[in-house]
Amino acid sequence: MTNSTIAIDKIETTKLKTSELALKARALFKWLIPPAFGLLMLLAIWTIISQQSPNLPGPIKTWYSAIELFSDPFYDNGPNDKGVGWNILASLQRVGLGFGLAALVGIPMGFIIGRFEFASKMCAPVISLLRPVSPLAWLPIGLLVFKAANPAAIWVIFISAVWPMIINTAVGVSKVPQDYMNVAKVLNLSEWKIVTKILFPYVLPYMMTGVRLSIGVAWLVIVAAEMLTGGVGIGFWVWDEWNNLNVEHIIIAIFVVGIVGLLLEVVLTQIAKKFSYE
Amino acid sequence: MDKLEKANADRYVQLENIEMTFTTKKGTFNALSNINLNIKEGEFISIIGHSGCGKSTVLNLIAGLLAPTEGFLFCAGREIAGPGPERAVVFQNHSLLPWLTCFENVYLAVERVFGPGSVDNETKVQLETRTHAAIALVGLTHSSDKRPNEISGGMKQRVGIARALAMEPKVLLLDEPFGALDALTRANLQDELMKIMAKSGCTAVMVTHDVDEAILLSDRVVMMTNGPSATIGEILEVNLARPRDRLALAEDHDYNHLRSEVLRFLYERHAKKVA
Repeated sequence: MTNSTIAIDKIETTKLKTSELALKARALFKWLIPPAFGLLMLLAIWTIISQQSPNLPGPIKTWYSAIELFSDPFYDNGPNDKGVGWNILASLQRVGLGFGLAALVGIPMGFIIGRFEFASKMCAPVISLLRPVSPLAWLPIGLLVFKAANPAAIWVIFISAVWPMIINTAVGVSKVPQDYMNVAKVLNLSEWKIVTKILFPYVLPYMMTGVRLSIGVAWLVIVAAEMLTGGVGIGFWVWDEWNNLNVEHIIIAIFVVGIVGLLLEVVLTQIAKKFSYE
Repeated sequence: MDKLEKANADRYVQLENIEMTFTTKKGTFNALSNINLNIKEGEFISIIGHSGCGKSTVLNLIAGLLAPTEGFLFCAGREIAGPGPERAVVFQNHSLLPWLTCFENVYLAVERVFGPGSVDNETKVQLETRTHAAIALVGLTHSSDKRPNEISGGMKQRVGIARALAMEPKVLLLDEPFGALDALTRANLQDELMKIMAKSGCTAVMVTHDVDEAILLSDRVVMMTNGPSATIGEILEVNLARPRDRLALAEDHDYNHLRSEVLRFLYERHAKKVA
């Protein structure tokens, strides 16, 4: 009698365990299947198009080319022939510089515009006028002023990244609840305390949105800017491979740009989560 | 006490011929008209009226958050020109900064009033002692390192009171301080507030729409007529002995008489027309 009960118990627990495992597997399946399906669709469409158009390499050909390319990403055969790793790093450096400068200028400006009505009204027409301009239109001005390609590219990144930071910071500052400002008034807080204890913590999430948008735009723009300026960088590399008619490398570059952009976004989202007070 | 001092103490907070007109998109709106009120030093005043009658506006005027269109406001013999820590406000929705702990919220106020650059110029240790004392006064020592979203509504409001009292204000302004709380928590906090006010002896003005709360806590109840152009309809003296006990008062004849006076004012003579 007791033996049989124990046996039943054992069966029950193993059943439970397998069902738990099945549940986990199902969850994983649900999490994995739709994105995998989407990527497969992309590959399928790509394959079909490549079969119709003989100049466009298919996924398999590109894959082998990528393996070859990434087996030695950091070679250096002079200024016009560097490994893809160097090109990515060069682009990231430009984006980092331009973006850093934009943050240095844009965030304080956003605070001033959000805090003081006069500044807001003063800057509104200038911002509205300049913001819709394609960042690349600023490239000739950069070349003219800096007389060199690299600072001009950084300038273009700066000008494209600065608007989202100014605007999002300013919106955040202007949205600070009146209650908090009343507290500041009743406590008679100094402007410095208002900024550090009330505005900055409240605006931080808005600011991080601006930062994320900025880095997205900056990474979009760098490819185009480098195509025009030349030198080392992922954008120039794309253009160079087009001149070499190495279409596999262009497709690889598209994926690389996409993946790096995605990584930047993920990293910044994680940082933003860390800073949120809620 | 000589006559002048006595007169000053009788008119500790003074509202003189206040007119308040707001300019909105739809035109001008006369919220308050001909408000005259003298508040004695150490007195507890309640302002009661239907919602929208401008009672919070009166409080914001005393706080200095609003400036009157016409008329004058004085506090301790000086004209009220803007907000200041001598007139601390307990806000209806507590208005604690969510990214600071309870301690830090109170400390922010204490630091401003007594810290570097002030007359007292106290050290950090002294400031922290003050903050701890204020939090202990409202019985929240165990939660002082928690953030506002980790504590209950009643506790948040206590921190709000602690923050206001820690500034050692001349006048404590309470804007429907317990309006958002459940009845039991509200009763508890009312009792605590009575004890605290008895200890500190500071002047207080409270806006409320709760008749029992007004009578229980106040020395005088200011009843306001309905807006627009709201004004003071009647002022009721509450001559009930302190300390007051809500249970004993429930059976008290005088209390119930006062209560019905207020109710009659609110619901008979100045009933709010339901739109």
